[in-house]
Amino acid sequence: MKVLVAVKRVVDFNVKVRVKADQSGIDLANVKMALNPFCEIAVEEAVRLKEQGIASEVVVVSVGPVAAQEQLRTALALGADRAILIEHNEELSALAIAKLFKAVVDREQPQLVILGKQAIDSDNNQTGQMLAALSGFAQGTFASKVTLAGDTLNVTREIDSGMQTVALRLPAIVTTDLRLNEPRYASLPNIMKAKKKPLETLTPADLGVNTASTVTVLKVEAPATRSAGIKVKSVAELVEKLKNEAKVI
Amino acid sequence: MTILVIADYATDSQGNKVLASATLNTVAAASRIGGDIHVLVAGAFVGAVAEAAAAIEGVSKVLVADNPAYAHQLPENVAPLVTGLVIEQLAIYSHVLACATSNGKNILPRVAAALDVDQISEIITVESADTFKRPIYAGNAIATVQSSAAVKVISVRATGFDPVAAVGGSAIIEALATAHDAGISSFVSEELAKSDRPELTAAKIVVSGGRGMQNGDNFKYLYALADKLGAGVGASRAAVDAGFVPNDMQVGQTGKIVAPQLYIAVGISGAIQHLAGMKDSKIIVAINKDEEAPIFQVADYGLVADLFEAVPELEQAL
Repeated sequence: MKVLVAVKRVVDFNVKVRVKADQSGIDLANVKMALNPFCEIAVEEAVRLKEQGIASEVVVVSVGPVAAQEQLRTALALGADRAILIEHNEELSALAIAKLFKAVVDREQPQLVILGKQAIDSDNNQTGQMLAALSGFAQGTFASKVTLAGDTLNVTREIDSGMQTVALRLPAIVTTDLRLNEPRYASLPNIMKAKKKPLETLTPADLGVNTASTVTVLKVEAPATRSAGIKVKSVAELVEKLKNEAKVI
Repeated sequence: MTILVIADYATDSQGNKVLASATLNTVAAASRIGGDIHVLVAGAFVGAVAEAAAAIEGVSKVLVADNPAYAHQLPENVAPLVTGLVIEQLAIYSHVLACATSNGKNILPRVAAALDVDQISEIITVESADTFKRPIYAGNAIATVQSSAAVKVISVRATGFDPVAAVGGSAIIEALATAHDAGISSFVSEELAKSDRPELTAAKIVVSGGRGMQNGDNFKYLYALADKLGAGVGASRAAVDAGFVPNDMQVGQTGKIVAPQLYIAVGISGAIQHLAGMKDSKIIVAINKDEEAPIFQVADYGLVADLFEAVPELEQAL
Protein backbone atom coordinates (compact mmCIF):
# COMPACT_ATOMS: atom_id res chain seq x y z
CA MET A 1 0.00 0.00 0.00
CA LYS A 2 0.99 3.59 -0.53
CA VAL A 3 1.83 5.63 2.57
CA LEU A 4 1.71 9.42 2.62
CA VAL A 5 3.68 11.25 5.30
CA ALA A 6 3.16 14.94 6.03
CA VAL A 7 6.07 16.89 7.52
CA LYS A 8 6.73 20.42 8.73
CA ARG A 9 9.80 22.65 8.80
CA VAL A 10 10.08 24.19 12.27
CA VAL A 11 12.59 25.91 14.53
CA ASP A 12 15.00 23.29 15.90
CA PHE A 13 13.79 22.01 19.28
CA ASN A 14 17.02 23.11 20.99
CA VAL A 15 16.61 26.77 20.03
CA LYS A 16 15.30 29.16 22.67
CA VAL A 17 13.08 31.40 20.54
CA ARG A 18 12.73 35.16 20.94
CA VAL A 19 9.70 37.30 20.34
CA LYS A 20 10.14 40.17 17.85
CA ALA A 21 10.31 43.64 19.39
CA ASP A 22 7.20 44.77 17.49
CA GLN A 23 5.25 41.75 18.86
CA SER A 24 4.39 40.61 15.32
CA GLY A 25 5.75 37.11 15.85
CA ILE A 26 8.85 35.07 16.56
CA ASP A 27 12.25 36.20 15.30
CA LEU A 28 13.21 33.51 12.80
CA ALA A 29 16.17 35.32 11.22
CA ASN A 30 19.30 33.13 11.31
CA VAL A 31 17.60 30.52 13.49
CA LYS A 32 18.39 26.86 12.95
CA MET A 33 15.46 25.06 11.31
CA ALA A 34 14.75 21.32 11.35
CA LEU A 35 12.22 18.63 10.65
CA ASN A 36 9.54 18.72 13.38
CA PRO A 37 10.48 15.85 15.78
CA PHE A 38 7.04 14.22 15.59
CA CYS A 39 7.22 14.33 11.78
CA GLU A 40 10.59 12.59 11.90
CA ILE A 41 8.92 9.78 13.85
CA ALA A 42 6.18 9.69 11.18
CA VAL A 43 8.74 9.29 8.39
CA GLU A 44 10.56 6.55 10.35
CA GLU A 45 7.31 4.62 10.86
CA ALA A 46 6.48 4.76 7.15
CA VAL A 47 10.00 3.66 6.18
CA ARG A 48 9.77 0.73 8.62
CA LEU A 49 6.45 -0.29 7.02
CA LYS A 50 8.23 -0.28 3.68
CA GLU A 51 11.12 -2.33 5.05
CA GLN A 52 8.59 -4.86 6.38
CA GLY A 53 7.11 -5.13 2.89
CA ILE A 54 3.81 -3.57 3.99
CA ALA A 55 4.22 -0.20 2.31
CA SER A 56 4.94 -0.18 -1.41
CA GLU A 57 5.80 3.49 -1.67
CA VAL A 58 6.41 6.30 0.83
CA VAL A 59 5.48 9.78 -0.39
CA VAL A 60 6.36 12.75 1.79
CA VAL A 61 4.56 16.11 1.55
CA SER A 62 5.10 19.49 3.15
CA VAL A 63 3.58 22.95 2.98
CA GLY A 64 6.11 25.74 3.35
CA PRO A 65 8.65 28.03 1.72
CA VAL A 66 11.22 26.88 -0.87
CA ALA A 67 13.61 26.19 2.01
CA ALA A 68 11.29 23.41 3.24
CA GLN A 69 12.94 21.37 0.44
CA GLU A 70 15.72 20.78 3.01
CA GLN A 71 13.33 18.96 5.34
CA LEU A 72 11.83 17.00 2.43
CA ARG A 73 15.37 15.96 1.42
CA THR A 74 15.95 14.87 5.02
CA ALA A 75 12.84 12.68 4.81
CA LEU A 76 14.05 11.27 1.48
CA ALA A 77 17.43 10.52 3.07
CA LEU A 78 15.63 8.64 5.86
CA GLY A 79 14.05 6.43 3.20
CA ALA A 80 10.99 8.12 1.65
CA ASP A 81 10.70 7.54 -2.11
CA ARG A 82 9.54 10.91 -3.43
CA ALA A 83 8.47 14.30 -2.18
CA ILE A 84 5.89 16.98 -2.84
CA LEU A 85 6.35 20.58 -1.71
CA ILE A 86 3.28 22.77 -1.67
CA GLU A 87 5.04 26.09 -1.81
CA HIS A 88 3.63 28.89 0.31
CA ASN A 89 5.53 31.55 2.18
CA GLU A 90 3.08 32.74 4.81
CA GLU A 91 2.09 30.72 7.83
CA LEU A 92 -1.21 28.91 7.24
CA SER A 93 -3.82 27.67 9.69
CA ALA A 94 -4.06 23.95 10.41
CA LEU A 95 -7.37 23.83 8.54
CA ALA A 96 -5.81 25.31 5.39
CA ILE A 97 -2.92 22.83 5.63
CA ALA A 98 -5.40 19.97 6.12
CA LYS A 99 -7.29 21.08 2.99
CA LEU A 100 -4.05 21.09 0.98
CA PHE A 101 -3.19 17.60 2.27
CA LYS A 102 -6.73 16.46 1.42
CA ALA A 103 -6.13 17.55 -2.18
CA VAL A 104 -2.90 15.50 -2.18
CA VAL A 105 -4.76 12.51 -0.67
CA ASP A 106 -7.30 12.75 -3.52
CA ARG A 107 -4.47 12.76 -6.04
CA GLU A 108 -2.25 10.10 -4.48
CA GLN A 109 -4.92 7.80 -2.97
CA PRO A 110 -2.78 6.52 -0.08
CA GLN A 111 -4.10 3.80 2.21
CA LEU A 112 -2.38 5.32 5.20
CA VAL A 113 -1.39 8.89 6.06
CA ILE A 114 1.04 9.44 8.94
CA LEU A 115 1.56 12.85 10.54
CA GLY A 116 3.20 14.13 13.71
CA LYS A 117 0.68 14.73 16.49
CA GLN A 118 1.72 18.36 16.75
CA ALA A 119 4.28 20.81 15.46
CA ILE A 120 6.54 22.19 18.18
CA ASP A 121 6.13 25.76 16.92
CA SER A 122 2.37 26.32 16.71
CA ASP A 123 1.55 23.52 19.22
CA ASN A 124 -1.89 23.13 17.61
CA ASN A 125 -2.38 19.35 17.53
CA GLN A 126 -5.06 19.68 14.81
CA THR A 127 -3.89 18.86 11.28
CA GLY A 128 -4.13 15.04 11.38
CA GLN A 129 -7.58 15.04 12.91
CA MET A 130 -8.78 17.70 10.45
CA LEU A 131 -7.40 15.75 7.48
CA ALA A 132 -9.19 12.66 8.79
CA ALA A 133 -12.48 14.57 9.01
CA LEU A 134 -12.12 16.09 5.52
CA SER A 135 -11.20 12.70 4.02
CA GLY A 136 -13.83 10.76 5.97
CA PHE A 137 -11.06 8.51 7.34
CA ALA A 138 -10.70 6.93 10.75
CA GLN A 139 -7.92 8.30 12.94
CA GLY A 140 -5.45 6.87 15.42
CA THR A 141 -3.96 9.88 17.19
CA PHE A 142 -0.98 9.98 19.61
CA ALA A 143 0.11 6.52 18.41
CA SER A 144 2.72 4.51 20.29
CA LYS A 145 2.22 1.30 18.30
CA VAL A 146 0.80 0.55 14.85
CA THR A 147 0.13 -2.94 13.51
CA LEU A 148 -1.63 -4.04 10.36
CA ALA A 149 -3.93 -7.07 10.30
CA GLY A 150 -5.53 -7.55 6.88
CA ASP A 151 -7.24 -4.28 6.07
CA THR A 152 -7.53 -3.30 9.71
CA LEU A 153 -4.99 -1.06 11.38
CA ASN A 154 -4.61 -1.50 15.12
CA VAL A 155 -3.32 1.65 16.77
CA THR A 156 -2.28 1.87 20.42
CA ARG A 157 -2.68 5.43 21.62
CA GLU A 158 -1.16 7.33 24.52
CA ILE A 159 -4.14 8.77 26.42
CA ASP A 160 -4.36 10.74 29.69
CA SER A 161 -5.22 7.68 31.74
CA GLY A 162 -2.88 5.14 30.11
CA MET A 163 -3.04 3.36 26.76
CA GLN A 164 -5.94 2.64 24.43
CA THR A 165 -6.03 0.44 21.35
CA VAL A 166 -8.46 1.10 18.51
CA ALA A 167 -9.07 -0.77 15.27
CA LEU A 168 -9.33 1.40 12.16
CA ARG A 169 -10.59 0.55 8.71
CA LEU A 170 -8.21 1.60 5.96
CA PRO A 171 -7.63 4.13 4.55
CA ALA A 172 -6.76 5.77 7.84
CA ILE A 173 -4.80 8.57 9.49
CA VAL A 174 -2.20 8.05 12.20
CA THR A 175 -0.59 10.81 14.26
CA THR A 176 2.62 9.94 16.06
CA ASP A 177 3.51 10.25 19.72
CA LEU A 178 7.05 10.25 21.08
CA ARG A 179 7.39 6.57 21.79
CA LEU A 180 6.19 5.12 18.47
CA ASN A 181 9.81 4.59 17.37
CA GLU A 182 13.30 6.05 17.54
CA PRO A 183 14.13 7.65 14.21
CA ARG A 184 17.37 6.57 12.56
CA TYR A 185 20.14 8.90 11.45
CA ALA A 186 20.47 9.37 7.71
CA SER A 187 23.67 7.82 6.39
CA LEU A 188 25.93 9.80 4.07
CA PRO A 189 25.23 7.55 1.03
CA ASN A 190 21.50 7.94 1.68
CA ILE A 191 21.85 11.72 1.94
CA MET A 192 23.61 11.68 -1.46
CA LYS A 193 20.96 9.38 -2.93
CA ALA A 194 18.18 11.61 -1.61
CA LYS A 195 19.40 14.46 -3.80
CA LYS A 196 18.41 12.49 -6.87
CA LYS A 197 14.98 11.42 -5.66
CA PRO A 198 11.99 13.19 -7.29
CA LEU A 199 10.70 16.37 -5.61
CA GLU A 200 7.63 17.95 -7.16
CA THR A 201 6.60 21.52 -6.38
CA LEU A 202 2.97 22.64 -6.39
CA THR A 203 1.09 25.72 -5.19
CA PRO A 204 -2.21 25.96 -3.29
CA ALA A 205 -3.70 27.35 -6.53
CA ASP A 206 -2.56 24.23 -8.46
CA LEU A 207 -4.57 22.18 -5.96
CA GLY A 208 -7.55 24.53 -6.10
CA VAL A 209 -7.49 25.15 -2.36
CA ASN A 210 -8.56 28.39 -0.69
CA THR A 211 -6.24 28.96 2.25
CA ALA A 212 -8.08 31.87 3.89
CA SER A 213 -8.26 31.74 7.68
CA THR A 214 -10.82 32.94 10.22
CA VAL A 215 -8.12 33.51 12.84
CA THR A 216 -5.91 36.60 13.07
CA VAL A 217 -2.85 36.82 15.30
CA LEU A 218 -3.08 40.23 17.00
CA LYS A 219 0.23 40.02 18.83
CA VAL A 220 2.87 37.64 20.14
CA GLU A 221 4.46 38.39 23.51
CA ALA A 222 7.11 36.86 25.69
CA PRO A 223 5.57 34.99 28.63
CA ALA A 224 5.79 36.33 32.16
CA THR A 225 9.23 35.29 33.32
CA ARG A 226 9.78 33.33 36.45
CA SER A 227 12.86 34.32 38.33
CA ALA A 228 15.06 31.95 40.25
CA GLY A 229 14.34 31.88 43.96
CA ILE A 230 16.78 30.90 46.62
CA LYS A 231 18.95 27.88 47.28
CA VAL A 232 18.27 26.24 50.62
CA LYS A 233 21.11 24.54 52.44
CA SER A 234 19.29 21.59 53.93
CA VAL A 235 16.09 19.57 53.90
CA ALA A 236 15.19 21.10 57.28
CA GLU A 237 15.45 24.60 55.82
CA LEU A 238 13.34 23.53 52.83
CA VAL A 239 10.58 22.18 55.07
CA GLU A 240 10.67 25.35 57.16
CA LYS A 241 10.34 27.57 54.06
CA LEU A 242 7.50 25.48 52.59
CA LYS A 243 5.60 25.58 55.87
CA ASN A 244 6.17 29.13 57.04
CA GLU A 245 7.09 31.20 53.98
CA ALA A 246 5.28 29.59 51.04
CA LYS A 247 2.60 28.03 53.28
CA VAL A 248 1.97 25.21 50.78
CA ILE A 249 2.34 22.24 53.13
CA MET B 1 -25.02 33.67 22.69
CA THR B 2 -24.87 30.04 23.79
CA ILE B 3 -21.74 28.00 24.35
CA LEU B 4 -21.61 24.25 23.87
CA VAL B 5 -19.05 22.56 26.12
CA ILE B 6 -18.08 18.96 25.32
CA ALA B 7 -17.73 17.18 28.67
CA ASP B 8 -14.84 14.81 29.24
CA TYR B 9 -14.94 11.87 31.62
CA ALA B 10 -12.74 9.01 32.68
CA THR B 11 -13.21 5.56 34.12
CA ASP B 12 -12.08 5.26 37.75
CA SER B 13 -10.44 2.26 39.39
CA GLN B 14 -13.89 0.81 40.27
CA GLY B 15 -14.95 1.00 36.63
CA ASN B 16 -17.29 3.95 37.18
CA LYS B 17 -17.41 6.81 34.70
CA VAL B 18 -16.64 10.09 36.39
CA LEU B 19 -16.70 13.61 35.03
CA ALA B 20 -13.15 14.80 34.30
CA SER B 21 -12.14 17.75 36.46
CA ALA B 22 -10.91 19.56 33.32
CA THR B 23 -14.58 19.96 32.37
CA LEU B 24 -14.95 22.36 35.33
CA ASN B 25 -12.07 24.50 34.04
CA THR B 26 -13.59 24.45 30.55
CA VAL B 27 -16.97 25.61 31.90
CA ALA B 28 -15.02 28.35 33.74
CA ALA B 29 -13.60 29.50 30.38
CA ALA B 30 -17.15 29.41 28.94
CA SER B 31 -18.40 31.64 31.76
CA ARG B 32 -15.63 34.11 30.99
CA ILE B 33 -16.91 34.29 27.40
CA GLY B 34 -20.44 34.83 28.74
CA GLY B 35 -23.84 33.54 27.68
CA ASP B 36 -25.83 30.37 28.23
CA ILE B 37 -23.76 27.25 28.80
CA HIS B 38 -24.87 23.84 27.51
CA VAL B 39 -22.82 20.73 28.23
CA LEU B 40 -22.78 17.71 25.92
CA VAL B 41 -22.12 14.29 27.42
CA ALA B 42 -21.56 11.63 24.74
CA GLY B 43 -20.92 8.00 25.60
CA ALA B 44 -22.52 4.73 26.61
CA PHE B 45 -24.03 4.41 30.08
CA VAL B 46 -23.11 7.95 30.99
CA GLY B 47 -26.16 8.81 33.13
CA ALA B 48 -24.02 9.49 36.20
CA VAL B 49 -21.72 11.77 34.20
CA ALA B 50 -24.74 13.69 32.90
CA GLU B 51 -26.05 14.14 36.44
CA ALA B 52 -22.65 15.39 37.57
CA ALA B 53 -22.59 17.80 34.62
CA ALA B 54 -26.07 19.09 35.52
CA ALA B 55 -24.79 19.99 38.99
CA ILE B 56 -21.93 22.16 37.64
CA GLU B 57 -22.29 25.81 38.61
CA GLY B 58 -23.48 27.97 35.70
CA VAL B 59 -24.64 25.23 33.33
CA SER B 60 -28.22 25.70 32.07
CA LYS B 61 -28.68 22.54 30.01
CA VAL B 62 -27.06 19.14 29.67
CA LEU B 63 -27.47 17.22 26.41
CA VAL B 64 -26.91 13.50 26.79
CA ALA B 65 -26.19 11.24 23.84
CA ASP B 66 -26.17 7.83 25.50
CA ASN B 67 -25.56 5.28 22.78
CA PRO B 68 -23.10 2.41 22.18
CA ALA B 69 -21.79 4.32 19.13
CA TYR B 70 -20.33 6.95 21.47
CA ALA B 71 -18.65 4.52 23.85
CA HIS B 72 -15.00 5.41 24.49
CA GLN B 73 -15.68 8.75 22.79
CA LEU B 74 -14.59 7.51 19.37
CA PRO B 75 -13.97 10.73 17.41
CA GLU B 76 -15.33 9.33 14.12
CA ASN B 77 -18.74 9.05 15.81
CA VAL B 78 -18.74 11.84 18.40
CA ALA B 79 -17.53 14.60 16.04
CA PRO B 80 -20.55 14.22 13.67
CA LEU B 81 -22.84 14.36 16.72
CA VAL B 82 -21.33 17.71 17.75
CA THR B 83 -21.28 19.04 14.20
CA GLY B 84 -24.91 18.01 13.76
CA LEU B 85 -25.93 19.87 16.93
CA VAL B 86 -24.16 23.03 15.81
CA ILE B 87 -25.54 22.95 12.27
CA GLU B 88 -29.08 22.20 13.44
CA GLN B 89 -28.91 25.07 15.88
CA LEU B 90 -26.65 27.44 14.01
CA ALA B 91 -28.55 30.41 15.36
CA ILE B 92 -27.88 29.19 18.88
CA TYR B 93 -24.30 28.06 19.32
CA SER B 94 -21.65 30.75 19.04
CA HIS B 95 -18.82 28.68 20.56
CA VAL B 96 -17.91 25.02 20.92
CA LEU B 97 -15.44 24.34 23.74
CA ALA B 98 -13.63 21.17 24.73
CA CYS B 99 -11.00 20.39 27.34
CA ALA B 100 -7.46 20.05 25.98
CA THR B 101 -7.38 16.47 27.26
CA SER B 102 -6.55 13.47 25.10
CA ASN B 103 -10.26 13.06 24.31
CA GLY B 104 -10.85 16.75 23.59
CA LYS B 105 -7.75 16.96 21.38
CA ASN B 106 -8.89 13.86 19.53
CA ILE B 107 -12.45 15.00 18.84
CA LEU B 108 -12.45 18.78 18.48
CA PRO B 109 -10.36 19.31 15.29
CA ARG B 110 -12.71 16.89 13.49
CA VAL B 111 -15.60 19.13 14.53
CA ALA B 112 -13.82 22.29 13.37
CA ALA B 113 -12.90 20.80 9.98
CA ALA B 114 -16.45 19.53 9.41
CA LEU B 115 -17.77 23.02 10.22
CA ASP B 116 -15.08 24.53 7.94
CA VAL B 117 -13.74 26.82 10.67
CA ASP B 118 -10.29 27.14 12.22
CA GLN B 119 -9.79 25.81 15.72
CA ILE B 120 -8.02 27.75 18.44
CA SER B 121 -6.07 25.30 20.60
CA GLU B 122 -5.35 25.45 24.32
CA ILE B 123 -6.45 28.94 25.27
CA ILE B 124 -5.21 30.20 28.64
CA THR B 125 -7.21 33.43 28.86
CA VAL B 126 -10.42 34.87 27.45
CA GLU B 127 -9.86 38.51 26.41
CA SER B 128 -13.34 38.88 24.88
CA ALA B 129 -15.91 36.67 23.17
CA ASP B 130 -13.71 36.47 20.07
CA THR B 131 -10.18 37.09 21.38
CA PHE B 132 -8.05 34.65 23.35
CA LYS B 133 -4.48 34.05 24.47
CA ARG B 134 -2.68 30.78 23.84
CA PRO B 135 0.90 29.60 24.34
CA ILE B 136 3.03 28.68 21.33
CA TYR B 137 6.62 27.38 21.05
CA ALA B 138 6.30 25.30 24.23
CA GLY B 139 5.07 28.35 26.14
CA ASN B 140 8.06 30.48 25.15
CA ALA B 141 5.65 32.92 23.50
CA ILE B 142 2.03 33.85 24.09
CA ALA B 143 -0.11 34.66 21.06
CA THR B 144 -3.25 36.79 21.23
CA VAL B 145 -5.60 35.56 18.52
CA GLN B 146 -8.94 36.77 17.25
CA SER B 147 -11.53 34.64 15.49
CA SER B 148 -14.03 35.89 12.93
CA ALA B 149 -15.67 32.46 12.55
CA ALA B 150 -19.44 32.24 12.96
CA VAL B 151 -18.87 29.37 15.37
CA LYS B 152 -15.69 29.55 17.41
CA VAL B 153 -14.18 26.15 18.07
CA ILE B 154 -11.79 26.27 21.03
CA SER B 155 -9.91 23.87 23.26
CA VAL B 156 -9.18 25.01 26.80
CA ARG B 157 -6.00 24.43 28.80
CA ALA B 158 -7.26 23.61 32.29
CA THR B 159 -4.42 25.35 34.12
CA GLY B 160 -5.48 28.71 32.65
CA PHE B 161 -8.83 28.78 34.45
CA ASP B 162 -9.80 28.13 38.06
CA PRO B 163 -12.51 25.46 38.07
CA VAL B 164 -16.13 26.42 38.68
CA ALA B 165 -17.93 24.67 41.55
CA ALA B 166 -18.87 21.07 40.79
CA VAL B 167 -22.10 21.46 42.75
CA GLY B 168 -24.81 24.04 43.14
CA GLY B 169 -26.11 24.05 39.58
CA SER B 170 -29.42 22.52 38.51
CA ALA B 171 -29.37 22.24 34.73
CA ILE B 172 -32.13 20.48 32.85
CA ILE B 173 -31.06 17.20 31.24
CA GLU B 174 -32.18 16.52 27.69
CA ALA B 175 -31.64 13.16 26.01
CA LEU B 176 -30.54 13.15 22.38
CA ALA B 177 -31.86 10.31 20.26
CA THR B 178 -29.42 10.64 17.36
CA ALA B 179 -26.75 8.00 16.90
CA HIS B 180 -23.90 8.52 14.46
CA ASP B 181 -21.93 5.38 13.78
CA ALA B 182 -19.43 5.95 11.00
CA GLY B 183 -18.53 2.25 11.16
CA ILE B 184 -14.87 2.90 10.39
CA SER B 185 -13.35 2.55 13.85
CA SER B 186 -13.85 0.46 16.94
CA PHE B 187 -12.50 0.22 20.45
CA VAL B 188 -10.27 -2.80 21.13
CA SER B 189 -8.80 -2.47 24.60
CA GLU B 190 -7.52 -0.15 27.25
CA GLU B 191 -4.71 -0.39 29.78
CA LEU B 192 -5.51 2.15 32.43
CA ALA B 193 -3.01 3.31 34.98
CA LYS B 194 -4.06 2.11 38.42
CA SER B 195 -3.29 4.64 41.07
CA ASP B 196 -4.88 5.72 44.32
CA ARG B 197 -2.97 8.98 44.18
CA PRO B 198 -4.59 12.20 42.95
CA GLU B 199 -4.81 12.65 39.19
CA LEU B 200 -1.82 14.75 38.04
CA THR B 201 -3.72 17.61 36.43
CA ALA B 202 -6.02 18.02 39.44
CA ALA B 203 -3.50 17.44 42.26
CA LYS B 204 -2.65 20.34 44.60
CA ILE B 205 0.87 18.97 45.01
CA VAL B 206 2.88 17.13 42.35
CA VAL B 207 6.17 15.29 42.88
CA SER B 208 8.01 14.49 39.62
CA GLY B 209 11.09 12.46 38.88
CA GLY B 210 13.54 12.66 35.99
CA ARG B 211 16.50 10.85 34.57
CA GLY B 212 18.27 11.28 37.92
CA MET B 213 15.96 8.64 39.42
CA GLN B 214 18.13 6.10 37.52
CA ASN B 215 15.41 3.41 37.31
CA GLY B 216 11.72 2.75 37.83
CA ASP B 217 12.22 1.02 41.15
CA ASN B 218 13.70 4.19 42.64
CA PHE B 219 10.38 5.97 42.05
CA LYS B 220 9.34 4.28 45.32
CA TYR B 221 11.09 7.17 47.11
CA LEU B 222 8.84 9.63 45.28
CA TYR B 223 5.70 7.54 45.92
CA ALA B 224 6.49 7.51 49.65
CA LEU B 225 7.00 11.27 49.64
CA ALA B 226 3.86 11.81 47.56
CA ASP B 227 1.75 9.71 49.92
CA LYS B 228 2.90 11.82 52.87
CA LEU B 229 1.88 14.97 50.98
CA GLY B 230 -1.26 13.64 49.31
CA ALA B 231 0.46 14.43 46.02
CA GLY B 232 0.25 13.14 42.46
CA VAL B 233 3.40 11.72 40.86
CA GLY B 234 4.72 12.84 37.48
CA ALA B 235 7.85 12.37 35.42
CA SER B 236 9.97 14.08 32.80
CA ARG B 237 10.08 12.81 29.23
CA ALA B 238 13.56 11.40 29.90
CA ALA B 239 12.19 9.18 32.68
CA VAL B 240 9.28 7.98 30.52
CA ASP B 241 11.45 7.37 27.44
CA ALA B 242 13.88 5.38 29.58
CA GLY B 243 10.95 3.16 30.58
CA PHE B 244 11.10 4.06 34.30
CA VAL B 245 7.38 4.90 34.40
CA PRO B 246 4.39 4.85 32.02
CA ASN B 247 3.56 7.61 29.54
CA ASP B 248 0.52 8.86 31.42
CA MET B 249 2.90 10.32 34.02
CA GLN B 250 4.72 12.60 31.58
CA VAL B 251 4.63 16.31 32.37
CA GLY B 252 5.67 18.68 29.59
CA GLN B 253 4.96 20.32 26.24
CA THR B 254 3.59 17.12 24.78
CA GLY B 255 2.51 15.43 28.00
CA LYS B 256 0.35 16.79 30.78
CA ILE B 257 0.25 20.45 31.70
CA VAL B 258 0.06 20.95 35.46
CA ALA B 259 -0.06 24.02 37.69
CA PRO B 260 -0.32 22.79 41.27
CA GLN B 261 0.22 24.81 44.44
CA LEU B 262 3.51 22.97 44.92
CA TYR B 263 5.64 21.18 42.30
CA ILE B 264 8.65 19.23 43.51
CA ALA B 265 11.07 18.36 40.67
CA VAL B 266 13.45 15.61 41.67
CA GLY B 267 16.43 14.69 39.50
CA ILE B 268 14.98 16.72 36.61
CA SER B 269 17.40 18.93 34.67
CA GLY B 270 14.67 21.25 33.36
CA ALA B 271 14.58 21.12 29.55
CA ILE B 272 12.31 23.82 28.06
CA GLN B 273 9.90 21.07 26.99
CA HIS B 274 9.48 20.02 30.62
CA LEU B 275 9.23 23.59 31.92
CA ALA B 276 6.37 24.11 29.43
CA GLY B 277 4.34 21.63 31.43
CA MET B 278 4.90 22.96 34.94
CA LYS B 279 6.21 26.50 35.04
CA ASP B 280 2.84 27.96 36.03
CA SER B 281 2.95 26.05 39.32
CA LYS B 282 2.61 28.37 42.33
CA ILE B 283 5.71 27.16 44.15
CA ILE B 284 8.47 25.11 42.49
CA VAL B 285 11.02 23.12 44.44
CA ALA B 286 14.00 21.55 42.68
CA ILE B 287 16.19 18.84 44.14
CA ASN B 288 19.18 18.07 41.94
CA LYS B 289 22.83 17.34 42.57
CA ASP B 290 23.90 19.41 39.56
CA GLU B 291 23.82 23.00 40.72
CA GLU B 292 24.00 24.20 37.09
CA ALA B 293 20.76 22.40 36.16
CA PRO B 294 18.37 24.81 34.36
CA ILE B 295 15.52 23.73 36.68
CA PHE B 296 17.06 25.95 39.38
CA GLN B 297 16.39 29.00 37.18
CA VAL B 298 12.65 28.59 37.70
CA ALA B 299 12.65 27.07 41.19
CA ASP B 300 11.50 29.11 44.19
CA TYR B 301 13.49 26.81 46.44
CA GLY B 302 16.45 24.85 45.16
CA LEU B 303 18.29 22.16 47.05
CA VAL B 304 21.59 20.98 45.62
CA ALA B 305 21.79 17.47 47.02
CA ASP B 306 21.84 13.78 46.25
CA LEU B 307 18.18 12.95 45.78
CA PHE B 308 18.59 9.49 47.31
CA GLU B 309 19.51 11.16 50.60
CA ALA B 310 17.35 14.28 50.35
CA VAL B 311 14.04 12.66 49.34
CA PRO B 312 13.86 10.11 52.21
CA GLU B 313 14.99 12.83 54.61
CA LEU B 314 12.26 15.14 53.33
CA GLU B 315 9.67 12.39 53.69
CA GLN B 316 10.77 11.78 57.30
CA ALA B 317 10.70 15.49 58.10
CA LEU B 318 7.04 15.89 57.10
